[in-house]
Amino acid sequence: MRRFVPALLLLTALSALLAACGGSDDEKLVVYSGRDESIVAPLYEQFTADTGIELDIRYAGSPELAATLREEGDATPADVFYAQDAGSIGVVEEQLATLPPADLALIPARYQDPQGRWVGVTGRVRVLAYNSDRVQPDQLPGDVLALGSADWKLGNVGVAPTNASFVGFVSAMREAVGDATTEEFLRGLATHATTYEKNSQIVDAIASGEVDTGLVNHYYLYEKLASDPDAPVANHFFQPGDPGSFVNVSAVGILAGAGDNPDAQRFVNYLLTEGQVYFANDAPEREYPLNATQPGLERAEELPPLDANLGPDVPLSVLTGNLEGTVAMIRDAGLVG
Amino acid sequence: MFALAPLVYLVVRATTGSSDWLDADTLGPAALRTAVLSTLTAAGAVAIGVPFAVLTVRTSLPLRRLALVLGALPLVIPSYVGALALLGALGPRGLLAQALEPVGVYRLPTIDGLLGSTVVLILFTYPYVLLLTASALRRVDPALEQAARGMGRGPLDTFLRITLPQIRSAVIAGALLAALYAMSDFGVVSLLRCTTLTREAFIRFDSLYDPAGAAAVGLVLAIVALIVVGAEQWSLRGSTAAARRRVRARDAHPTDLGGGARAVALGFIGVVVLLALVLPLAILGWWAVALVGDDDLLAQVAEALPATLNAVAVSGAAAVVCVVLALPVAALVARVPGRLSRGIESVSYVGYALPGIVVGLGLIFFAIRSAPFLYQTAALVVLAYTVRLLPQAISGARSGWERVDPRFEQAARGMGRSSLDVLTRVTLPLAAPGVLTGAALVFLTAIKELPATLLLRPNGFDTPATLIWQKTSVAEYASAAVPALILIVVSAVPVYLLLIRPESRSRRSLG
Repeated sequence: MRRFVPALLLLTALSALLAACGGSDDEKLVVYSGRDESIVAPLYEQFTADTGIELDIRYAGSPELAATLREEGDATPADVFYAQDAGSIGVVEEQLATLPPADLALIPARYQDPQGRWVGVTGRVRVLAYNSDRVQPDQLPGDVLALGSADWKLGNVGVAPTNASFVGFVSAMREAVGDATTEEFLRGLATHATTYEKNSQIVDAIASGEVDTGLVNHYYLYEKLASDPDAPVANHFFQPGDPGSFVNVSAVGILAGAGDNPDAQRFVNYLLTEGQVYFANDAPEREYPLNATQPGLERAEELPPLDANLGPDVPLSVLTGNLEGTVAMIRDAGLVG
Repeated sequence: MFALAPLVYLVVRATTGSSDWLDADTLGPAALRTAVLSTLTAAGAVAIGVPFAVLTVRTSLPLRRLALVLGALPLVIPSYVGALALLGALGPRGLLAQALEPVGVYRLPTIDGLLGSTVVLILFTYPYVLLLTASALRRVDPALEQAARGMGRGPLDTFLRITLPQIRSAVIAGALLAALYAMSDFGVVSLLRCTTLTREAFIRFDSLYDPAGAAAVGLVLAIVALIVVGAEQWSLRGSTAAARRRVRARDAHPTDLGGGARAVALGFIGVVVLLALVLPLAILGWWAVALVGDDDLLAQVAEALPATLNAVAVSGAAAVVCVVLALPVAALVARVPGRLSRGIESVSYVGYALPGIVVGLGLIFFAIRSAPFLYQTAALVVLAYTVRLLPQAISGARSGWERVDPRFEQAARGMGRSSLDVLTRVTLPLAAPGVLTGAALVFLTAIKELPATLLLRPNGFDTPATLIWQKTSVAEYASAAVPALILIVVSAVPVYLLLIRPESRSRRSLG
């Protein structure tokens, strides 16, 4: 007992020390990064090396950071929020400053807030991933609605019904084809769906043969191939304009309190220019760079082109619209255990 | 008082939101599932923890001290990682399935839903019952048991009639910790697809960006937790302080097990340790070995070490703060039982049953308004652990305190000692094993805490749990192995120091 007291006191002192040096540095640009460290840390380092602007980065899930920003309100220490998806940044858009028009002009209008408070950086498309040993490409439908039909012959479809990526896709589908068709699709899908928590598990399940197909974002394939180059998985893109190929974006915005901060503006501009090269050529996730005018985007050419034809013509604001309705629909179809 | 912070936050958020927050269609089934899951988890944790404690404390079983350490360690495996590893071993496409394929077994039953979640949660919560029961068993007066045996009672009869009533409050306290842990757990239920209230809160939070809806679920959860805590207190109503208050007069003679009984006992302990510790460790080890030769392995170890130091510091500080706060509460409950002391204790349990993300947001809500200097510092992380884990310290301290005979204190006072003297020289040393058990529970649970840590930590402050989160969120489950293994190894040290060594020392000095 006697020996524990000093040990515990030491621990307390140590944590007090940690507390003391935990405060953020006023000089640095504070970035709330909903994008994962393993994806964006090299880009942030490159930014600091190129511009001399030091970053103080807070990593967490995008919905968690959005909730944090809402609780913090005007008192937020954040200067910039770089979110994994348009939904997470959409829910805090009222706390954001308007971005410089020159930056907004770099990105197609459909991938940004109509009021210019946030702008897409990279894009990702919903696809049907499939096991290439067990399924031939010509067996796969051009229309995602075929997955909900009673004629579906390819066994169970892997789905992550509570994942934001699936909820966003269903919201877009409601906007594109209406609630009645969407409900029918979900009910049909539920009769032959195997549910997972997230997209990466679906791709693993496809590779192992647990399911033959699954609805995921396009880049999970490349992650899987990076760790297992022989995995029998491939992407099937639905036909142009199909609600199945909904495009979501990672997006960045500047907090209202930092609206005039030149470092924050430099950061946003960097993501939309040099950053595009990083995402196109070097990032572990192979997302679409959204600024097609940026020179040097090499690897992006290996992906099917992301033009206005890919994905249904629905605004990204569906991601923050009637989500309760979408989730209720997914539940009522019996997709959530 | 600040145990109430999350509760206040929930009420404010739930009532300022726009969503129809008492949506009975989804909350009803989720609440029912939560109740069943936590009840079954508690029952299972008792069914494993109590015999495990009796075998390792009261019999002459070989290697029993080692068994106790191994039995306690599953506590530090984050339940998400544990579930992942168990799936990797026993899941439909896991290692066992692959091993069985040549024999013609192509598909093992899927581990999921309510049943799967219950089994996994039992395996990672029984140590709460084990540790509290083991600590209480050591304080049981063997004279009564010997008397019962002398009067011809069998060992089982003696255990049920004499021993069990004396350790009942510790067993129930452990069961309560297991039940509430199951309630607040997110990792297992999300991986195994069982929509409890906590999973429901996360769905609303993560897919709907609906903190108000999540807060409403949190409120329902808080109510369920208060009912469970009420049930615990009701179940303790019959046990008088006198029945629980025993100071060991002399060392208990360990019961010798016959050959058959010994084999059964070792088999039981072996299976539990295999499932809850060896199998997860083996899978993690397997994943880590896959990284050998890769530069990644060294880099990951180098990254995990400072993170571990961070976690040890904040968890250690939380253990100290919790004990300091738990002592007066425990003293009050043990010595002045009544509505007030019970009420204070119950409220402290609410923070423990709530999802960590709710506690985290509640503290952001308070810190940004009333203590901005604490915001995004390690101190706030310590505070969050304290709000979440105080009940673990209270359980330990209470069971320690209840075993201190007030007559000793009276005697000391009669000899002219001051109250402070009596407290530091009589009461605390006698209550110490229980108090240390509580501190260890806090430390071991805090060191793996994720949701609140993620929300409240200073920028750039990693712990093994945040590293695991970061790695699994980009799909590579295997790369979570290194921080998880380091976490488990580092935690073995306090398990030994706080739980095993003091007991064996006091055993020697008294024996």
